[in-house]
Amino acid sequence: MNEFDELMSALGTAGGDQATLADPAIAHLVVVGNRIVSSRSLPGLEVAADETEGGVRMMIRLREGTHLTTPVHTCFGVVHREGEQQINIEVVLERNSSARFIAHCLFPKAERVRHIMDAHIEIGEGASMGYQERHYHGPFGGIEVIPKATVRVGSGGRYTSDFTLTDGRVGSLAIDYDVEAAEDAVVELTARVYGHGDDEIRIQERVVLDGKNARGIIKTRIAVEDDALAEVTGITEGNAAGARGHVDCMEIIRDRAVAKAIPIVSVTNSQAKVTHEAAIGSVDKHQLETLMAHGLAPEEAVDVIVKGMLG
Amino acid sequence: MSLLELRDITYTVSGRTILAGLTLAVEAGEVHALLGSNGTGKSTLASLIMGCQGYQPDSGDIVFADTLINHLKIYERALLGISMAWQEPARFEGLRVRDYLTLGRVTDQPESTLRLVGLEPSRYLSRMVDRSLSGGERKRIELASILALRPKLAILDEPDSGIDLLSTDDIIRVLDHLRCAGSAVLLITHRDEIAAAADQASQICGGRIVCTGNVAQVTADFKNKKCISCDGEVCSDE
Repeated sequence: MNEFDELMSALGTAGGDQATLADPAIAHLVVVGNRIVSSRSLPGLEVAADETEGGVRMMIRLREGTHLTTPVHTCFGVVHREGEQQINIEVVLERNSSARFIAHCLFPKAERVRHIMDAHIEIGEGASMGYQERHYHGPFGGIEVIPKATVRVGSGGRYTSDFTLTDGRVGSLAIDYDVEAAEDAVVELTARVYGHGDDEIRIQERVVLDGKNARGIIKTRIAVEDDALAEVTGITEGNAAGARGHVDCMEIIRDRAVAKAIPIVSVTNSQAKVTHEAAIGSVDKHQLETLMAHGLAPEEAVDVIVKGMLG
Repeated sequence: MSLLELRDITYTVSGRTILAGLTLAVEAGEVHALLGSNGTGKSTLASLIMGCQGYQPDSGDIVFADTLINHLKIYERALLGISMAWQEPARFEGLRVRDYLTLGRVTDQPESTLRLVGLEPSRYLSRMVDRSLSGGERKRIELASILALRPKLAILDEPDSGIDLLSTDDIIRVLDHLRCAGSAVLLITHRDEIAAAADQASQICGGRIVCTGNVAQVTADFKNKKCISCDGEVCSDE
């Protein structure tokens, strides 16, 4: 099996659909290691990508007023046991454009793999970007993933991101997202991660509400078991009149796992408001007993609760 | 032999006696109302029967369908045919109403059970059983889940609290449906009109059952704060 086929096999395991890549109405980019193996663009969407020594450098631009009706699929991965992949992305959504991106990050055999992503995203006035990132790291836990993103959302723009890593091992994950929101902009950051073994999860997300009436929410859902570790830092700053922010972190721990939540809220304008809530602990007893009263064994009940929380 | 027999149950917490030699029988297929003031041990009794964590009697037997169940866990009791609708039902992030109503060994379709509790399936099946539901909606969904399970014994802990008065008919319809399905119900309530739908009633006071019998008589005594055990002193705290 060649590298592309191996990656597609992993895509299927991770719940993706290879058929989307064959659809001429759907834009895509597939990168294995540092090789661009497949790509397709659409009118109004410009994709330029170069192979570098350790990965790929990409520039994606969506032209003003372009609205993509189908999501752009990107697929990144390393199919060998060892390797490194560095993805540098620059994304520009021009005024009043909109698109959704679905990124599949696949490392099915990772024993000593490093994946670094460095993204700079500019969302123009009135533009909207939805970004879903789905990871599958295989069963070995030998992977280090470092996604970093800086995002600027223009007036009336919208940015939603949803990071999911709930199947297989995590390995070592260090998310670092930094988003600035201008007037009337909306930001929603969601991360869901399920850690096992000696996985280490570190998430830092920062939303700066600099524009009048800007709104932001950081929502994190984590479950950790065995000896896994999770540390979640959610930072929201309200710096303008009418800015509204919220940090919402929920972590379930089992066995010897350890979880920390560090919400940091800061307000520099008396007409701004930022709130936070965090809940860390074992599975809620009342939820557990309710499900067991339906006849579910304890492990089945925990499974329902954790899967529900992780979406 | 009754379906459920509670024999001389005592239960203390931190030296305080909650149940003091409580004895009660619920027959198969019977709706049995349990009346009592706040703090008399009604919800504690429900948790003891269901087997919730930390609710083990100090002494006495809980016998269900001829089986001593004191040491069975909740799900083992559920598999024997006991289920419970809590006074404050739990909420579940990410769990849809449809999935919640099909958990466990359910027999009925979620659509039909939702209609029985006055909720339109098309509006609720895709919703989450989370904080987006009002207290009343959540309680109705809890009742629907009990209907779907068709347990041999359903413990309903104040199903009327938090639901608007107009929905009394919905609760009575649930009781009738459970009765028709052959389920026994232990119905914990404060409301006369709900208790009136029972076949038999008991009054609890001071951690004991002080009378059992005709629903109208027990309800009237409770309402008039007549109690043969405490002569109104405990019962009058309502």
